[in-house]
Amino acid sequence: MSDKKGKPVPLANEGLPPGERGLFCDAPPREYAPAAKIVEDFWNWARSQSLWILGFGTGCGAIELRPLMTSRYDMYRFGIQPRPTPRQSSVFVIGGYASVKTLKRIVRSYEQMMGPKFVVALGSCTINGGMYWDSYNTIKRIDQYIPVDVYIAGCMPRPEALLAGFQELKRIIRAGKAEGQNLYARDFERYKANQKRVIKDWNMPDYNW
Amino acid sequence: METGILVRVGYALVSLFVITNYGLLLIGSMARISAKVQGRVGQPVWQPYIDIVKSTAKRNSIGHGVMFYLGPVFRLAGGVGTYMFIPAVYGSVLFRNFSDSGDLLLVMYFIFFGQLGMALGASEGGHPYSAIGVSRGLAQMTAFEVPFALSVIAVAIQYRTLDITAIVAAQQGGFWNWTVATNPLAVAAALIAFLGMSMHNPFSIVIAPQEIPIGPPTEYQSNLLGMLQTNRAIFNGAKLVLYMNLYFGGATDVVTMVVKTFLIYFINVFVGQAFPRFRVDQSIRFFLGVPTLIGIASVIIAAI
Repeated sequence: MSDKKGKPVPLANEGLPPGERGLFCDAPPREYAPAAKIVEDFWNWARSQSLWILGFGTGCGAIELRPLMTSRYDMYRFGIQPRPTPRQSSVFVIGGYASVKTLKRIVRSYEQMMGPKFVVALGSCTINGGMYWDSYNTIKRIDQYIPVDVYIAGCMPRPEALLAGFQELKRIIRAGKAEGQNLYARDFERYKANQKRVIKDWNMPDYNW
Repeated sequence: METGILVRVGYALVSLFVITNYGLLLIGSMARISAKVQGRVGQPVWQPYIDIVKSTAKRNSIGHGVMFYLGPVFRLAGGVGTYMFIPAVYGSVLFRNFSDSGDLLLVMYFIFFGQLGMALGASEGGHPYSAIGVSRGLAQMTAFEVPFALSVIAVAIQYRTLDITAIVAAQQGGFWNWTVATNPLAVAAALIAFLGMSMHNPFSIVIAPQEIPIGPPTEYQSNLLGMLQTNRAIFNGAKLVLYMNLYFGGATDVVTMVVKTFLIYFINVFVGQAFPRFRVDQSIRFFLGVPTLIGIASVIIAAI
């Protein structure tokens, strides 16, 4: 979108009352070029070794995240730890089905995270709707709304599967392929259109910086 | 031998570099030891380094105004300032820092300074949880300052000075000259205050890492968070060195310093792994109760 035309068009923020529009960001996200190869490789290694999960259980699958903290699975040894605020976390785990109401919060939380940010979608419901495939208020594929780096299939996937998924995510990050933030900025209009298609009561800013 | 000011600044930077790395390794190793207590493998010892690199390597960062940026700067200044006015190793030219320029009262001001700067910065962030975290932090801090200040008064009365180097000098010559042997009540009060100062369990409600969004640093991210993480290491090191100097006879070489400060920090793990967390009102009542009485008793004993 904007990268070809030069200056990006300001966001309309039409979902907000006119008085509140000035309170929010009106610039669409932009792409960030990676640093020089050797520096970026080092940073990617650090990013992969320090995965901070956003503590936002979006569905029933979040229950599988809890055992990861316990001594049986112990995710801390892989450098993974939960973080309560989107500002500081780098991994967003979509825990299973996402209802339209939750999707609003998912979008807002995702946009507030600082890049590079990664998304792990967990459970069959995030891939094709799973057992909620014909539900009227559940979205089918999460990657139509935000970019996803790793899917973990299963209903529910066991904590071991989650750990395997995180290892896969680490591999992707180290390979420099986890560019979800740039993907989101590049296809911002498509993602926004998809989001607005399902979220009927769009009463939030178009982009949360 | 009088060393030039530039040489001293160079020495102070080396000293700061050492304490930063030591503080980071200390945080990492304590997290690992806590994990072992809980039957886990635990994070690698060098995890704090990776976290700082990761935070610094973030591609974008959000600001909320000038004060928001100044918050971590004040915090870092508080940490560095605290350390710079404490002699880390007694008799060492390299680790003397600027201890002859300030006394104990200045150091105590610096301990408070960072938290206040952080309060201003976090409030600018506009997040309600930041304000809650700050009010918790300052309330708890005010409470544990009472036994700590009483203990410091006891030490000052006992040694008739506020100069940290002189206090360390008075404790030389074996265990029975240490404050922990000559005035154990002052040390008891100070160590209880130390638990609050370190914000480990049972006084970890201020940053409550997982349940209440993280307290004052809720809105801080990227390189600002990296700055706060670095400060945490420096500040930890500074507090430990201060405690070692005031109560445990100081150190005449780096190895003694490392062993003593490690053992002092280890108290946090002992207590933290055994006790659950206090609510903030409980912790304030706690600090203003028995520890304060112990502190008053220590002052009376020192005065007599």
